[in-house]
Amino acid sequence: MEEKKSLWQEFTKGLIRENPVLRLVLGCCATLALSTSASNAIGMGLATTFVLICSNFVISLLRNIIPDTVRIPCYIVLIAGFVSFVQMLIEAYSPALKAAMGIYLPLIVVNCIILGRAEGFANKHKVLPSIFDGLGMGLGFTLTLFVMGCIRELIGSGTILGFQIMPTSYPGIILFLLPPGGFFVFGILMAITNRIAEGKGEPVSELGCAHCPMAGCCSISAQKEKGADK
Amino acid sequence: MDFKSLLAIFLAAILTENYILNKFLGICPFLGVSKKLDTATGMSVAVIFVMVISTAVTYPIYTYVLVPNGLSYLQTVLFILIIAALVQFIETVLKKYIPTLYRALGIYLPLITTNCAVLGITMLVIDKGENYIEALVNALGSGVGFLVAMVIFAGIRERLEHNDIPKFLRGLPTTLVAASLTAVSFLGFQGLVDGMLR
Repeated sequence: MEEKKSLWQEFTKGLIRENPVLRLVLGCCATLALSTSASNAIGMGLATTFVLICSNFVISLLRNIIPDTVRIPCYIVLIAGFVSFVQMLIEAYSPALKAAMGIYLPLIVVNCIILGRAEGFANKHKVLPSIFDGLGMGLGFTLTLFVMGCIRELIGSGTILGFQIMPTSYPGIILFLLPPGGFFVFGILMAITNRIAEGKGEPVSELGCAHCPMAGCCSISAQKEKGADK
Repeated sequence: MDFKSLLAIFLAAILTENYILNKFLGICPFLGVSKKLDTATGMSVAVIFVMVISTAVTYPIYTYVLVPNGLSYLQTVLFILIIAALVQFIETVLKKYIPTLYRALGIYLPLITTNCAVLGITMLVIDKGENYIEALVNALGSGVGFLVAMVIFAGIRERLEHNDIPKFLRGLPTTLVAASLTAVSFLGFQGLVDGMLR
């Protein structure tokens, strides 16, 4: 029972409390680029979730085998393998989605959520919690993307998932489908998250070294730690 | 392939297809290290450097090794490996032979391995079907575009530091909304390059 409860916690923490995009500030590029419509958002979210679960699974299996000094290159190769797999699947079954995602599909490799969770969770935990962590984080990512996609699609073209929501006379604010709209909606969502976190006495979301996958081999974070020691 | 078309590619990469403000690539360094002008410039110069060199290396490998052998599905795996190795190599070479440059750029290099802007440009030039020279010019232009956005933003953020903003809006939310406004101003360049040079 104890075991089950903690697995459930690993799963749910990614959805809201440690939402990868809004709380940990990981994977912003994909979030901004693919939230132009709700369906793109779901496609991107599920593709990333799949890669995340697979990579968390394999990396936590191999966590005692991969030497510590070369772990980042190993992780990157593993992740790239899974991404190529997803890429070919999507190309075979949904060419339209492939066209919509374009360059961002192969770029899942460098999505910091995946490397961040590999480095921050999977290489320290057992297989089962890692899978649940991947699932929760992936769905949290999908959820955020979907919410952003809905907002941008609704304001930008008056539809959600292609269904007309606004009256047909609504002209649509094209700006929300263009890059500035992405930044704007993301900023507002971030502000709302911060406001809620503030109410609960939790720290505001910040893009720092804490969740950055490269913190271990980067001297900026080493400098900051030194500064903090002084 | 005259000078004019190369200039058009270069300007388009900086202004109309800006990597950060239009394509959303390299957002992490954009939000993370644009707090001060000197770190922003250091990071961007390192990005320009790596972008051009990795495009120079991956492009021929893709065209002359992967495509003739029907291996183009290995693109993602191979490119990220090449970039990781290349960044490591550049770091070692700089450390040994040009220590001054290493001190200026070295600290940013490990971060660049997983930067989507670098992997992005190497794949984008192949997607677009550009030739080798065009690809290199595009890489250089995209890098410079990254620099422009970072420098503009470092200025904005240094100003924002001193303003009295409600606590929950401080930091990322204001930065993102400011990025949105900057992106609106970059939309103004749309059609500029076509109108001027093509």
